[in-house]
Amino acid sequence: MRRLQAMLYRNRWLFSRRIVQLLIIAAFAVELPAGGYFAQGNLSSSVWFGIGLTDPYIWLQSLFSGAPLGKAALIGVVIVAVFYLLLGGRIYCSWVCPINLVTDFSYWVRQKLNIKSNFTLSKNLRVAILVLSLLLSLLSGTLAWETINPITLFQRELMWGSVAGATVLASIFLFDIFVTRRGWCSHICPVGAFYSELGRGGRLRVKATQAGACHGCTECIKVCPEPHVLAPVVSKKAAYVTHGDCTRCGACLDQCSTGALAMSLNFKRPAVFKGIPVVSGD
Amino acid sequence: MVDKISVAAEIAEPERRKVFRKMFRQLGAATVITMFGKAVLDSRPARAASVLRPPGALPEPEFNAACIRCGLCVEACPYDILHLASWSDPAPTGTPYFVGRTDPCRMCPDIPCARACPTGALSPLLTDIKKADMGVAVLVGHETCLNYKGLTCSICVRVCPIIGEAISLKPIKNERGVLQIPTVDSSKCTGCGTCEKHCVLSEAAIRVLPRELGLGVEGAQSVGRW
Repeated sequence: MRRLQAMLYRNRWLFSRRIVQLLIIAAFAVELPAGGYFAQGNLSSSVWFGIGLTDPYIWLQSLFSGAPLGKAALIGVVIVAVFYLLLGGRIYCSWVCPINLVTDFSYWVRQKLNIKSNFTLSKNLRVAILVLSLLLSLLSGTLAWETINPITLFQRELMWGSVAGATVLASIFLFDIFVTRRGWCSHICPVGAFYSELGRGGRLRVKATQAGACHGCTECIKVCPEPHVLAPVVSKKAAYVTHGDCTRCGACLDQCSTGALAMSLNFKRPAVFKGIPVVSGD
Repeated sequence: MVDKISVAAEIAEPERRKVFRKMFRQLGAATVITMFGKAVLDSRPARAASVLRPPGALPEPEFNAACIRCGLCVEACPYDILHLASWSDPAPTGTPYFVGRTDPCRMCPDIPCARACPTGALSPLLTDIKKADMGVAVLVGHETCLNYKGLTCSICVRVCPIIGEAISLKPIKNERGVLQIPTVDSSKCTGCGTCEKHCVLSEAAIRVLPRELGLGVEGAQSVGRW
């Protein structure tokens, strides 16, 4: 029993994340006994309890391809954008996006099979793809990324069993296992790049709790899907993870055995860094 | 020891790497340029619709830009006729369409699909379903249509939701006598697809096509021979 508790505790963020992700998929996919669904639509635009939500990236593509502004979608975009702007953009990636389930599974397989080969890709690649997708939308008059976006493809097709959706998902799965470590989410996907830019100033942050608590084991960096975001905190050059790439997945918190890291919401103006706070023990 | 030396020798040969790097960079650039070029070429002139869109859909180029592929219209449709296009369908991925022959638009007076659209790709300005323009019915099978054979099948006329206006029977005299020919008034037809659905032939003789395909568009080439 205690071992189970300990196991749950050591994976508390992971399990919370999985529950949220699966609930979101279920809200779209599982029909209620009274008929209908919790959420209508899909992740590009959906209606939850009468409130419309729209993905700002897809909306931006639509705008670039020359669409008039729809009022309902605009309100939905504002709601979603403000949420990620305040909290941190890539929360979408690790708490909402269904593809994360696939790529995390790939990573797990990769670890189990002890695959070390890694085709190095630049993190800027996804920014380039983001810019490219917007330019292509502008030129072609259609939503460029949406022709291949696996996130909405997953919801449109795979959930209802389609070969095209399965092929894309399988290629991402294999790519992440055999070609590049965390290849899709951390290097290619422009949706992540967009949310990363959007949520640069997000205020839900991983922070260093107190000086001296960290033994410098760097286990947190090893499990982090975007290791560069943790480096300043672990090397004691910053008290908070401020990089937009942080997905707030909590893997570092699950891994840290000393309690040196915590996730907190802080809307105050960021103070000048004066070192990680020293908390007197009692 | 021998291995180490050969490995070192290979690393000390940067020319090949440079060549490869240059090659891949050029390949990358070529790919990007091709993508852009193809996008530009494909998009001009904007292609006409090749599938039937839900009622209130903007003209095809604007529709492709405004539709965010969310499927809210699909879920709003009480008769479940709409589909989101997959890769193999002749419409941009994720955009809604319906097939008249299998499941025509029932022309709900409250137009729930258009009301559900968050972006206005299905225009909120469409309030009268009889003004919808999903396409137009065209009697394509002049050799197979039973009415052309002198029978009075006329099923397409009788099932039309805008009965007597959108399709009506026009008498034509020929050597066999008087034929009652189903004739579409393109200004009244909404393109719901009901006539196509009910055509008794195994392949429908009357078909609903997007308006440009059904009626043709003027002006691309000069009229007459030269």
